[in-house]
Parts: sequence; structure tokens; C-alpha cells
Amino acid sequence: MLGPSGSGKSTLLAALAGVLGGEEEGEERGALLVDGAPPTQGRGRIGLVLQDPDAQQVLAKVGDDVAFGLENLGVPPAEIWPRVRGALDAVGLEAPLGRGSAELSGGQKQRLALAGVLAMRPGLLLLDEPTANLDPGGVAEVRAAVERVVRDSGATLIVVEHRVAVWRDLVTRAIVLGADGRLLADGDTERVLDERARELADAGVWLPGRQPLAPRGERPGGAELLAADGLAVGRPGGPVVARRLELAVSSGEALVIAGPNGVGKSTAALTLGGLLPPKAGAVRASHELARGAASAPIRWSSRELLTRIGSVFQNPEHQLLAATVRAELAVGPRALGLPGVEVAARVDELLARLGLDKLADANPFTLSGGQKRRLSVATALATRPRVLLLDEPTFGQDANTWDELVQLLRELLDEGDAVVAVSHDDELAAALGAREWRLAPAQEALT
Amino acid sequence: MTTLLPAFRAGPLARVNAVTKLGCALLIALTLLATVDWVSAAVAAVLEAAALAPTRLPWQRVLPRLAPLGVAAVLAWFTTTLYGASSGRVWWQWGVIEISDGSVSLAVATALRIVAIGVPAVVLFLTIDPTELADGLAQLVRLPARFVIGALAALRLVGLFMDDWRALTLARRARGVADTGRARRYAGLVFALLVLAIRRGTKLATAMEARGFGAPGPRSWARPATVGWADAAAVAIGVAIAALAVLMAVVTGSWHWVVG
Repeated sequence: MLGPSGSGKSTLLAALAGVLGGEEEGEERGALLVDGAPPTQGRGRIGLVLQDPDAQQVLAKVGDDVAFGLENLGVPPAEIWPRVRGALDAVGLEAPLGRGSAELSGGQKQRLALAGVLAMRPGLLLLDEPTANLDPGGVAEVRAAVERVVRDSGATLIVVEHRVAVWRDLVTRAIVLGADGRLLADGDTERVLDERARELADAGVWLPGRQPLAPRGERPGGAELLAADGLAVGRPGGPVVARRLELAVSSGEALVIAGPNGVGKSTAALTLGGLLPPKAGAVRASHELARGAASAPIRWSSRELLTRIGSVFQNPEHQLLAATVRAELAVGPRALGLPGVEVAARVDELLARLGLDKLADANPFTLSGGQKRRLSVATALATRPRVLLLDEPTFGQDANTWDELVQLLRELLDEGDAVVAVSHDDELAAALGAREWRLAPAQEALT
Repeated sequence: MTTLLPAFRAGPLARVNAVTKLGCALLIALTLLATVDWVSAAVAAVLEAAALAPTRLPWQRVLPRLAPLGVAAVLAWFTTTLYGASSGRVWWQWGVIEISDGSVSLAVATALRIVAIGVPAVVLFLTIDPTELADGLAQLVRLPARFVIGALAALRLVGLFMDDWRALTLARRARGVADTGRARRYAGLVFALLVLAIRRGTKLATAMEARGFGAPGPRSWARPATVGWADAAAVAIGVAIAALAVLMAVVTGSWHWVVG
């Protein structure tokens, strides 16, 4: 199922799963039947996997979590555990049953969620952008698990996805919804992709063979802005997760922080951004960046950070402060004490640039995942920091907003600012002409 | 955070059902709360030590967690000695401070009571797994499954909330609003955490509903909660501690009802 964000794909999936809520929560017209009955009566026949890997584990241990659905269906205890093991085998998750579900990686958590619905032996499997928040390794894991499950169980699969390439070989039929929620096309996958290519491209669907922005050549940077010397990073009160980091970021330079899950990329970004104190070593801002402030960013005031280093977090919801999108963008410029006219000018410009102008008066929490992420990038841009640190900025973006975001970052680079991004997105690195800074697991870094 | 450290999963206490442990701790606590004498508390504390000594708990890990109890007991002893209800002979007086026979014995009784009620409670929470407790409460005590399982699932979110809180704090610094207005910022953080908590809760509820939670029809249990000889022994020990504490207090004439 394809379509622009806001076309109602997720709502339709929720309706198919029978979890849309009752009459008091909205209007319903027409009839939706699964196996000839309303979906709410088909519990266990319909399995739903959602986008957010953290939102779907119910119990603390892997085995208990998979067993949860079976208990709810009243499956006899003697049958439960063989079915749990079978489901975990089917998704290729080899974790012991007693393993903590919180310790799993994103891809493993999504496979756990899949095992949880699979154990119920559903005839209909609904996946709502199951790979949107995963790194490429996780995407491949989940895709392989789904393929095996569908082949072995013979269940019907409906998947909502922006990135067509992931599922193209597996699905046999494509349904396209328009921005107004109406049906645009329905038929054989290849034929729909071919005939509706233009509409799909306009809707931001990642079509196979899409030409991304021309790569920007890696360019030598200008004056040094930010450097790390023998830096060790970790959460306060927690262990050191990465050590002996050496780095220099120059004006006009793009850098991508890469490495496997759990290697400390986000922690390193927060430390470089003057938000976490180094565990050892130092983060140094050059004179050009510090402009009279101390050399260590962690010693800057919150206001001093604004025009020097901007940080965009992995979860945009953590950074939202205001009741409307417009007010959200004005928070930083106001904290700088800029005159009202200037604040309004900056806000309007960013609203237009990131396609958020129609949402100016909306509550930021009501935006879609991709819109929230763009908003959090825009809030950092509003105070024009010389160094911009971003944690997975392209998660959840469709092809159009991806282009817009990358274009904006390229302009920053051309103006002589520096962009540092934690990202698994190879296209992003190429489009920014970014240098890769790869973090290795702690044991390897020691040698 | 809802799984136990392996060290706490070994030993005889691991064979006792979580509900039994909860029951024993409650029995002792309620008994000791009925009276305010020092004899019953001292007897209970000594017997608890004797009962817990052979359980092979990893004491290096347990003792630091018991330390706050010691601090609370000493503080209670000190303040009750100085300010407790006065009776009998007065030893020393200065302003509102009055040390008397009554305040001294009340202080000892209070401090011992904190230890005697606190130790089993702390050991209990170190050695039960929330999932096991929920299974037990639903299957053995017959509390409504919907309520117990809902609470258990919510407990898993607590760890995520702690991460949220840290991220929210850092995010405010990054947004330029962390320099002034500490009190107001704190209120804002609490509100933001509440919003995130509701959003996480809603998503979790959807995921649970999609997996048949709350469906009509009987629920089965993947982990049957059972009670056995270990539980019978634990109950016997718990009842013995409570009964001996009461008996000794009554025999020595120190029993003193809190109410009445």
C-alpha cells in the first residue's frame, strides 16, 4: 500500500486490525469485513506490526512477550511454548527465551514483534512501515523474516512502505492512495509502478531507479571549528561507550558518524554538541567557533550554544517545547533576544523551506513522524549555528522531503557552516559529500 | 529493569512464589504496626536475621540496598529520643526537647520497627520478578488479569521514561532555554514527560489490543503460578516470626496497641 503521508494508510491498517477504537472515537461508514466478519471479532486471525520498535514489547522477556498473544487467545499452556519457539525460529531470532527484550537491537525488536503476531497464526499479516526506523542491516533482517513467514504460513500480507525497493519482489499487488484518501490505483505491482510513476513520485514514494540529488564532491574544509582530543564518551553515571576518539571538523565540511548499533554514535554526538561532559579527553571549539566563549562547549551557557552548535536529537519529540509549529520555531530566536521582526522573518522562511507553512498553527505533537523530524531540524537552523549535529535526520522522510532536507544542508555547507550527522543513509553521505567517521566497538578501538 | 540480576535468582528464596513472599512481608508488617513496643520489634528483627541468614543471598549486593533503612532507623531514633511523647522520669530538658523514659523507649521501639518491617520488604523486592508476581496475583489471588497485566506492561515503560527524562533535560539545553527559571523549567519537563508517557502508553495499548488483549473468552497462562513445599515453609516461618513477636510482647507486658 503506497501513498503520500496523510493519505490514511496507517488508519486503514488499524481498521483492518480492528484497533481503530469504538464509535465515540470517530465516524465509520460502510463495512469492512475480514473473513466475512468485522475485524474486532477476528482477534488472532489478524496480526499487526507497527513502525516503532520500542512501542511493541509488552513483557520483559523474549519468550514471555511472544507468549502474550497466545495467552490472550486462551491457548492451552502445553501448546504455548512449542508455538513460541516455532515463531522465534520462523523469524530467525535466536535469542534465548529468558533474554530481556529491551536488550535487542531495532531489527531484532521488530522481528520479535513479528514473532509475537506470528505465534497467533494469523491469516492476515499487516505491517505498518516496519523498517522505517531501522539501519540497513535491520531492514534486511526484517525483510528476510517476513518473506520466510509469508512463504511458510501462506498468510495474506499487507505492507505500508515508502521504500518500494524493499518489498517489490515479495508483493504481487500494489494499492495507491491519493492525498485525499481516495484510491488512485490497484493492480499488479509492476504495472502500477509503471503507469503511476509520476503520481507516486509526486507523492514522495521512493521508486526504484529514482535519481537522488547529484552527489556533492568531498571538499576540503576551511578553518577548523570543532575538534576532539583523546575523547571518551558515555552517559553520566554510565560506562564509557567509546574512547580515544580523534576528530576535527572544519568550516564547510560534512561528516557522517557511522558504525554498528550501540557503538556510541549518539553519545559521541551529544558530547561533541556540548550537551554531555566528556568522560576523558576534551572537545575543543576553535576561536572562530567560540567567539569569546570558553573553549569547551560543555561550559557554554544554553544560550551561547544556540549560535555555535545546534543539536538535533534522534527522537524529535524530546525537543518539542511549544504549542504550535510557529511558536516552536520562535523559541531559539527569542532566547537569543532577537527583535520580533527578525524572529518572524526567520520563522516564516523556515516554514516555507521545509514545507511546514500549512501546519504553522498545528500542535507539533500532531505532526507525522517525518514532519516532526523536519521541524526539529528547522528549530536548530533558526538560530544559525556554525556547527549542526544531527542524529538520523533522514528517518521517516519520503523522497521529496528527503531532497528538500538535503538541499538545505548543502546550502549550509556552501555558506561555510559544518554539518555532522549520525546516519546509516549512504545516499545522504554521498549527497552531502561527507567524510565518514566510523566508530568501532569498544574492544576493537582499544587495540 | 523488570528482569532480575542472576545473583538474586539463586538460593532457596527463588523457589518461593512471589505472592508468598509478598504475603509474609505484609503479615509481619501489619503485625508490627499494631503495637509500638520495642520487644515485638526486637524479636521480629532477630528472627528475620536468623531466617534470612541461610538464604545465600549475595550480601555484598544486598547490604548497600539495606543501608537507607539503617539511616532512617538512626534518624527516627534520634528525633524520637529528643521530641517523642514524654512520660516517666525526665532525664534532660532544653526548650521543646525533653528526653524521658517514655521518649527513649519509644525511640528504640520505632528504630527497631523500621528495621523489622523494612528488611523483609527490601529483600522481597530484590528477589521477586515483576512478571512472576503478576502471574501469581492473577492466578493465585485471582486479581483481575486485565488490571494486573496492564500494570505489568506499564512497568516496562518506566525504564523508557528514565531515558526520556535525560533526553528532555539535554534537549532544553540544546534549545537555549536552560539558563534561567529552574523551577519553571522543571515544571515544563514534568509536563513534557507526562505527554510522552501518555503517547507511549497509547501505542502500547494498541499493540496489546492487536494481540488479543481484552478479547472476550478465557485467558490462559503460559507460566502457571504454583505453590509447593517451599511456600509452605516460608508461610510457616513468617507466621512463626509474627506470632513469637506478639507472644513475647504480651508475656513481657510491653504490648501497646497503637489505636485505643
